[in-house]
Amino acid sequence: MAKKKRLKDLNFLEKIYLPEISKGLVQTFKKMFQPRFTMEYPEVKFEPPDSYRGRPVLVQEENGEERCVACGLCSRVCPALAIEIQAGETEREKERYPERFEINMIRCIFCGLCEEVCPEEAIIMSKDYELVFSNREDALYGKDKLLVPINELQDRINFLRKHK
Amino acid sequence: MDLWTIIIISIIKILFVVTITLLTVSYLVYFERKISAWVQDRIGPNRVGWYGLLQPFADVFKLFLKEDIVPDASIKSIHTLAPIITLFVAFSTYAVLPWGPPVNIFGYEIPLVLADVNSGILIVLALTSLGVYGITFSGWASGSKYSLLGGVRSSAQMISYEISMGFSVAGVLLISESLRPAAIIESQSGWMWNAFIQPIGFITFLVSAFAETNRLPFDLPEAEPELVGGYHTEYSSMKFAAFFLAEYANMIISSGLIVTLYLGGWQVPYIETFGLSSGWVTMMQIGAFFFKVGAVLFFFIWVRWSIPRFKYNQLMNLGWKVMFPLALVNLVWVAILVMLLN
Repeated sequence: MAKKKRLKDLNFLEKIYLPEISKGLVQTFKKMFQPRFTMEYPEVKFEPPDSYRGRPVLVQEENGEERCVACGLCSRVCPALAIEIQAGETEREKERYPERFEINMIRCIFCGLCEEVCPEEAIIMSKDYELVFSNREDALYGKDKLLVPINELQDRINFLRKHK
Repeated sequence: MDLWTIIIISIIKILFVVTITLLTVSYLVYFERKISAWVQDRIGPNRVGWYGLLQPFADVFKLFLKEDIVPDASIKSIHTLAPIITLFVAFSTYAVLPWGPPVNIFGYEIPLVLADVNSGILIVLALTSLGVYGITFSGWASGSKYSLLGGVRSSAQMISYEISMGFSVAGVLLISESLRPAAIIESQSGWMWNAFIQPIGFITFLVSAFAETNRLPFDLPEAEPELVGGYHTEYSSMKFAAFFLAEYANMIISSGLIVTLYLGGWQVPYIETFGLSSGWVTMMQIGAFFFKVGAVLFFFIWVRWSIPRFKYNQLMNLGWKVMFPLALVNLVWVAILVMLLN
């Protein structure tokens, strides 16, 4: 039976290596003068796109109130059980508000389900990805850290309205 | 010249060579990392000092501070001896490589080489062969199977490629009719570089040099995916640094050897027709030697980051079935050339 020619059979030029090796060398030499992909992080910061899911934050309206009505849906849906809410009542038009709203950032997995489930558009994934804490108490983000003015979150809100 | 002048001049030359070598080795590591980064679209070390230029010193300092671990299963004396042999071999070879023409200073004729011996190339070959002992000892004495495999591989590889290396050198010796490095350089005046006269020999020597220095694509003795770290798996701290240093020192000596044997050494072609003063000519010739060595070193690093590692059977096939016959063909070619033209 005649020997079948296979795809991986090399021709003579390929067998003597050198032309192929020089091709590879030319390729890497060209690479040396092409622009770099590395971002020098602390000096140059990554600007995430609108679809980015950073740390979850609570929306603060322009008059200083929070949007959250403490329905507890986010806490219920959270797969990592990171959110804890204690509801309270007020005299304002929106009767309920969260007395205590805590996200345990050690537990949070940045899945964005809380944002998806929120009926009031009150919890939003921000673009903030620099989360550093040196002990477990610091990792419990309360309302003081969670509330973010609405004008800082407008990009993400527009993105959600368009695609959700 | 009386004895004392000779001793003083020799000491100055030794200091010069050792300093240059150590500096080159440390910056070779820096450029290895830089060039690998450039090839891979990265930036490379740039935090320690201006453009990361102090990085080599940070590396050495880190290695100094590490704990020196000697495994229980090892043979302690040989385990300690191995890096010493490797380093000694790597640094002693520089003695016979001339880095410039003889110069006249204060009426003394000083050859720019530590030891202008008649059997220079033979000494280089002998010493580089000794280097196998360092690696084999380290593999044997570590008491670890990975080290042992690395050591065995390296000895087999070095012995195989020593043969084609020797035969390639024989081609050069036929033309120069001398083992003295200075005579070999003189025989390549003008554009009569051995790389052009015997291209096959140049390629076989180049490939053998890669195999002898355990550089990629032939770095099987320390193939990380298979052997962890190869023969230096069980070494840490300054003993590991010694192996590391020796590898790069070997790279420099190989480059120096390639330049001396095939690329005309310190000669600049037809420099005497430029009409420069003798001082300038000497400076340019010394500069040319370092430039050529630098270019070959760049080639070493460049190849490392372009070509994947060979399999062991491919390595042996290449060594015995391709490189050895090619070196013989080259020898015959040079012999015919010498017969016809001489």
